[in-house]
Amino acid sequence: MIKTDVVIIGAGPTGLFCAHQLGIIGLKCEIVDNLDKLGGQCIELYPDKPIYDIPAVPECTGEELTNNLIKQIKPFKFNFHLNDRVQELTNKDDNWIVTTTSGKKFQTPNVVIAGGVGSFEPRKFPTKSAEKFDGTSVLYSIKDKTIFKDKSVAIFGGGDSALDWAIELSNSSKVSLIHRRDEFRGAPASVKKIKELSKKSIINLFTKYSIKDVKGNGTLEEIEIKSEEGESKTIKADYVLGFFGLIMQLGPIADWGLNLDKKTIPVNTENFETNKKGIFAIGDICTYPGKLKLILSGFHEGALAARGCFKYARPNEKYRFEFTTASSTIKNRLGLK
Amino acid sequence: MITCPIFFCAYIKAMAKIRYIEHNGKEHLVEVQNGLTVMEGAVQNDIPGIDADCGGSMSCATCHVYVKEDWYDKLPKKDMGEDDMLDQAYEPNSKSRLSCQIMVSDDLEGLSVYMPEKQV
Ligand SMILES: Cc1cc2nc3c(=O)[nH]c(=O)nc-3n(C[C@H](O)[C@H](O)[C@H](O)COP(=O)(O)OP(=O)(O)OC[C@H]3O[C@@H](n4cnc5c(N)ncnc54)[C@H](O)[C@@H]3O)c2cc1C
Ligand code: FES
Repeated sequence: MIKTDVVIIGAGPTGLFCAHQLGIIGLKCEIVDNLDKLGGQCIELYPDKPIYDIPAVPECTGEELTNNLIKQIKPFKFNFHLNDRVQELTNKDDNWIVTTTSGKKFQTPNVVIAGGVGSFEPRKFPTKSAEKFDGTSVLYSIKDKTIFKDKSVAIFGGGDSALDWAIELSNSSKVSLIHRRDEFRGAPASVKKIKELSKKSIINLFTKYSIKDVKGNGTLEEIEIKSEEGESKTIKADYVLGFFGLIMQLGPIADWGLNLDKKTIPVNTENFETNKKGIFAIGDICTYPGKLKLILSGFHEGALAARGCFKYARPNEKYRFEFTTASSTIKNRLGLK
Repeated sequence: MITCPIFFCAYIKAMAKIRYIEHNGKEHLVEVQNGLTVMEGAVQNDIPGIDADCGGSMSCATCHVYVKEDWYDKLPKKDMGEDDMLDQAYEPNSKSRLSCQIMVSDDLEGLSVYMPEKQV
């Protein structure tokens, strides 16, 4: 059990800046994100796109913004828990017990939900029959590639993950690559390589096909693919891999007994607390009259939520307002002389 | 066309009627202002079936719709990147579009779009 002042769910721009504000006022926090990296939408969806409406930063990319936010909180040495999803929140006396998918547990008086539009999860096959093989022979990411050795592997998708894995696995497995159209969005060099491998019959390439059915008794045996015209084909497969990118899913957040308005959490605008004491929501996931889904709004919300957390983390102290330019306490926290 | 009550001149009310058809067949006929996207038309009128998680920035594919053949060819062509994003949609086909990329104009009067079974 990790004890802390605040657990932040989501390491997008809002969660990262809220961590900064917590550090400034002298609170500790732990940050959990389902992605394998910090930065939320900015890093996952548009790392190279320029943003023009960050106050006092005329232009920066999603990646630059993320890197600067990370740099800004470095002095506080907070812990990040990546590749992990917050699954459960339960109440214990005046604390919350936060449990993640990997089994980590935190005890904290404050939880700040900065979950954006939800956690990034791989998009799955639409076919019902794929569900019963999910995690065993139907996979959306690869942890151990040795399991595919000398097996038949059907790979779906047209982006870099699908192409790169098709090329790599074709060395030691029988690979079929299936994509819904003729064009691929992966790197041109990989597309060229795939076409070569297909010409040499090292990879079976099926374009303009999508999945229809997944078959097998207990173990996966074959899959059926269909063209838009309705023609279908059967392919032998021991494993099926789907690379359709990531989607944002509200997921477990919907089960925590919070008031929800569509996919957002209503909050008060004084400290961004939800209907549950000690649970705050900031950034894209919160809603209130006039809410704008902008990074700059998330920063403001994080600053106020941090002060809200202070009250429960230090019930016997009074929060004292200070400027970073003037306060020696804050400069100490930032590791400055 | 509406007549202006003060100067009695005719001016164009820049709207187009768009028909949104849910997967279960339920239809919603709404007037959408020119310049908005077909996605925004749905969201502003609380029409279910279009999630638009990324708010129209072409990065979520949860505003996916099917457009009937005759209309599909009449719509302005897809921009770079739309097909890449559609690869990640739920059950895309050759009549799929991202509704956040279809801008409403007079030419779209009478457009029908069909929602997929689900968006995620
Ligand atoms: C293409 C594009 C362009 C944009 N351009 C601009 C712009 O120019 N200016 C602007 O101000 N805004 C812009 N935005 C919007 C901006 O990116 C968002 O408002 C911002 O990212 C919201 O930040 P956030 O921290 O609230 O959420 P997010 O960035 O969505 O981060 C949320 C994080 O929480 C994680 N998470 C969720 N649930 C859990 C859970 N249960 N457990 C663990 N982790 C979880 C997710 O994995 C995710 O990493 C743009 C968005 C897009 C898609
Ligand atoms: S609203 Fe996200 S892609 Fe259209």
